[in-house]
Amino acid sequence: MEKSYIVKQISIFSENRPGRLAAIAGALRDAGINIFAFSIAEADGFGVVRALVDRPEDAYQTLTELGFRVSFTDVIGVKMRDEPGGLSEIASILGDAGINIEYAYAYSGKDAAVLILRVDLVEDAVRQILARGGELLKASLSR
Amino acid sequence: MASWNPRTEEMPLDELRRLQFKLLKSLVYRLYSFNEFYRRRMKEHQVHPDDIRTLEDVAKLPFMYKSDLRDGYPDKIFTAERNELVRYHVSSGTTGKPTVVGYTERDIENWSESLARAFSSCGLGRGDVMQVSYGYGLFTGGLGAHYGAERVGATVLPTSVGNTERQIELMQDLHVTAIACTPSYLLHMGEVAEKMGISIKNDTDLRMGFLGAEPWSEQMRGRIEDWLGIRAYDIYGTSELSGPMFTECAEQQGIHIWGDLALIEIIDPATGEVLGPGEQGELTITMLQKEALPMVRYRIGDLTAIEEGTCACGRTHPRIGRIRGRVDDMLIVRGINVFPSQVEHALLEIPEVGRHFQIVVDRKGALDSMLVRVEVSEEAFSDKITELMVIKKAVEHRLRSSLNVGVDVELVEPGTLPRFEGKSKKVVDRRSL
Repeated sequence: MEKSYIVKQISIFSENRPGRLAAIAGALRDAGINIFAFSIAEADGFGVVRALVDRPEDAYQTLTELGFRVSFTDVIGVKMRDEPGGLSEIASILGDAGINIEYAYAYSGKDAAVLILRVDLVEDAVRQILARGGELLKASLSR
Repeated sequence: MASWNPRTEEMPLDELRRLQFKLLKSLVYRLYSFNEFYRRRMKEHQVHPDDIRTLEDVAKLPFMYKSDLRDGYPDKIFTAERNELVRYHVSSGTTGKPTVVGYTERDIENWSESLARAFSSCGLGRGDVMQVSYGYGLFTGGLGAHYGAERVGATVLPTSVGNTERQIELMQDLHVTAIACTPSYLLHMGEVAEKMGISIKNDTDLRMGFLGAEPWSEQMRGRIEDWLGIRAYDIYGTSELSGPMFTECAEQQGIHIWGDLALIEIIDPATGEVLGPGEQGELTITMLQKEALPMVRYRIGDLTAIEEGTCACGRTHPRIGRIRGRVDDMLIVRGINVFPSQVEHALLEIPEVGRHFQIVVDRKGALDSMLVRVEVSEEAFSDKITELMVIKKAVEHRLRSSLNVGVDVELVEPGTLPRFEGKSKKVVDRRSL
């Protein structure tokens, strides 16, 4: 039950220099893979590009074949009301349940705003959010 | 400048050569008779002590290499009993294993004597204050220069390395007149002093420097002398000889190698053939009087030439010119010898990164920096930045402890590092001397 809400995010190791994001995005474009959301985390000289795509397995294979270091990470996507207080609601649910957010990024789409979260206790997070009336992205959205 | 030991330093050349022959002959007999390693080497090479009939016959003896010290780790090829040793020094080897050198009381005595002659040939003596900014400890630089300077009656300020501001304050307050350090560290001190509002040239008593442990050039000498208002002398040695041992004299026309202590040859590194005066080749040294760890025809790996003729200072002992480079891929970073094979060896023990690497050496300001670029392995790649930073720090720590020099590590994408062997791509040296 909880598993159906756990979304596979792809994470790609990238050097921190011009053209690296273009190389990743270009490879996904050429493979006809759509990116729903992405973020870049940067450190000293390198970064990690994280993305939700419509075909994560294909994205993994495409990028790996091109020599990129890629891994899957379990994340969840929580729909937020696109108005003041939307983020606060979700964050409170997790905070109250003692679930730690490791990182998050968000996009504001046509239907709703979506918060993508990597948390320490992913199945607990799914249960808590559903129990308190929250709405989660289905993993099947991305095949 | 007056000689410390005129009888020896100004000995007529033919007399010096007779002395060298006598010392060589007794060294070879001693090693052949009492030491398994040297006897076996000579037998394999089909040479017997009786075959050494002239000084030139040294060329009949087999070479020694750094690998002999590594294979003999820690003290298998020592020729003194353990209880005769008064000191050890340790340097990093070419791979994971360090190189241990040992000294008897007489070895320390000769080392100090060698530097006493060298320092006084530049005018160091009683009334001088010598700041020793080479590292003290396992590295030979600090203690070597220390003993030599004390021997000539100078006052020693053993600052060792680091804490540059304090070094400059002490230099000023204690009226330091001479310094021993790497040339790049002295330039760094000059820069830091200026930031503190101190001009080494105008605001200190510094008048000479004994600079070495890394390659430098005549241009760099000119810059140091003009800017800092001192005379800069080249100092040379390696731990296998004892440590820093020889310097130029006040004439600055090559480094005097005391012939009663060391017999030098220049050889063609490819064929091993002995080359004549003035010809560039690999420096090979036989230590004529060392007791604990004699070196016979030791291939140091430095490229230089023997200077022709007698020095204007009147000392008869042979001189070598500036070190022009290395026969191998050894790098010198902040005075510390680094072999790419050490990096390779250390990385093999870190599963989080691949075995490919690239070393980038640069000079930021006056000081060397060393960057090692490595690829994160597939298993270790984490989505979390913090975990990647832990890997980076772990590799830095590991490399620092095996190379004895601080290293920055850069994690790079897989497949971006050079795959084939060879120094040209594995090492990028952006320093200009």
